[in-house]
Amino acid sequence: MLRYSNPGRFMDATAALLPWIAWSAGMLLAAGFYLALFVAPADYQQGEAARIMFVHVPAAWMAMFVYAAMAGASLTGLVFKHPLADVAAKAAAPLGACFTALALVTGMLWGKPMWGTYWVWDARLTSVLILFFVYLGYIALWSAIEEPARAARAAAIFCLVGAANLPVIHFSVDWWNTLHQPASVARLGRPAMDAGFLWPLLVMAAGYMTSFAALTILRMRTEILERRARALLLARAHGAHPLAPAHGAHAP
Amino acid sequence: MTAFAALVARDLTLALRAGGGAWLAAGFFAAVAAIVPLGVGADLVLLARIAGGVLWVAAVLAMLISLDRLFQADFEDGGLDALALGPLSLEAVAAAKILAHWLTTGAPLTILAAPLALLFNLPDAAYGALVLSLGLGTPGLSAAGAVGAALTLSARRGGLILPLIVLPLATPAVIFGAGAVLGAIEGMGPAALLFLSAYALGTVLLAPFAAAAALRLHLAA
Repeated sequence: MLRYSNPGRFMDATAALLPWIAWSAGMLLAAGFYLALFVAPADYQQGEAARIMFVHVPAAWMAMFVYAAMAGASLTGLVFKHPLADVAAKAAAPLGACFTALALVTGMLWGKPMWGTYWVWDARLTSVLILFFVYLGYIALWSAIEEPARAARAAAIFCLVGAANLPVIHFSVDWWNTLHQPASVARLGRPAMDAGFLWPLLVMAAGYMTSFAALTILRMRTEILERRARALLLARAHGAHPLAPAHGAHAP
Repeated sequence: MTAFAALVARDLTLALRAGGGAWLAAGFFAAVAAIVPLGVGADLVLLARIAGGVLWVAAVLAMLISLDRLFQADFEDGGLDALALGPLSLEAVAAAKILAHWLTTGAPLTILAAPLALLFNLPDAAYGALVLSLGLGTPGLSAAGAVGAALTLSARRGGLILPLIVLPLATPAVIFGAGAVLGAIEGMGPAALLFLSAYALGTVLLAPFAAAAALRLHLAA
């Protein structure tokens, strides 16, 4: 990890790696959709509507995983001052927000046929909605502070403060009486789910994870390029520097 | 007088003077509490059920509007630099400002809530829970708000982003505070108040550290 704190080395490594990750993501998602829609059996009680689980559950897993990754990156950036840690957190945030929104929306669409209502204010749904707002606040904080280094540290502090929400989300179905189903996979002991449902779910989750990795790497590369462009512009604006790009620059 | 007490006294004096805005939060609280029944209608049974929730939301909003002057005024005229160089650690400075903020906003709100609950026809059994929940929860709100205020100290449009950052941190207080009032009406146990106390203790103890880290960040620039 420390090897790739050099942005140049990071760009070289990811330039080679990114196509592989992106292709794997595409294939895993395609395989996952095929398994979810055609191979997995229909639920005996809910029928075909239960297939939305294969979109909803991995999205919810990713929503929490991405925030945990952002919190880890924020801690690394604050404590160890790793140069690319805040770039990683900034890149991951909108993706995490999208996964959270996907989980909320697909949950609402699934809730209507299953529970008879689009929304209920129980512990899990409320805490995931709060997670969504924390994502939005994190993104807003980055754009609200002008200087990138200060914005990075402020956003990192906020990310760590908001991380208190994560255990609440995960354990909410155990701690409170809730309409939402308790954990069937991520629990102590064997997953309480039949293999016919478990494998499509895990393939979809792998597809989501690899697409998140591909998109995050792409966004990190873009951010590094934008920072380089900004540095070049600042150097140009500061006047005649002997090493500044000469084309288009006027001697003072 | 210790340095901590001197800082609290200074902030209280500044807030109570003209332009300090000490009574703004209480006035806003009363205005919101008065306008909600106009919106939802005069059904007294309905108002009795929503009283706890409405008063708690009004309390959160009232504390939000008074938050951006918590550190901003000192930051702009250089007082915060002087405090950072002084005998108190920045964590103690943050804690002193949180205490002064609560004394000028949270404490008056708590006292004002009981007469305002009369407008909502709150059952007699719930008055104690209402005042106790506000008294326990508003320090937590001040603490969580201080973290947000410190983070957005020099932000562009800082006033608009502050609620977006503070509201997710304040939601447990609203959930458990309003739940305590509703629980008192329905005769349930003290669970909501216990959760609220846990939230308040946690935020009051941890917020000075987060706020001081954010202040250091902005002072170093």
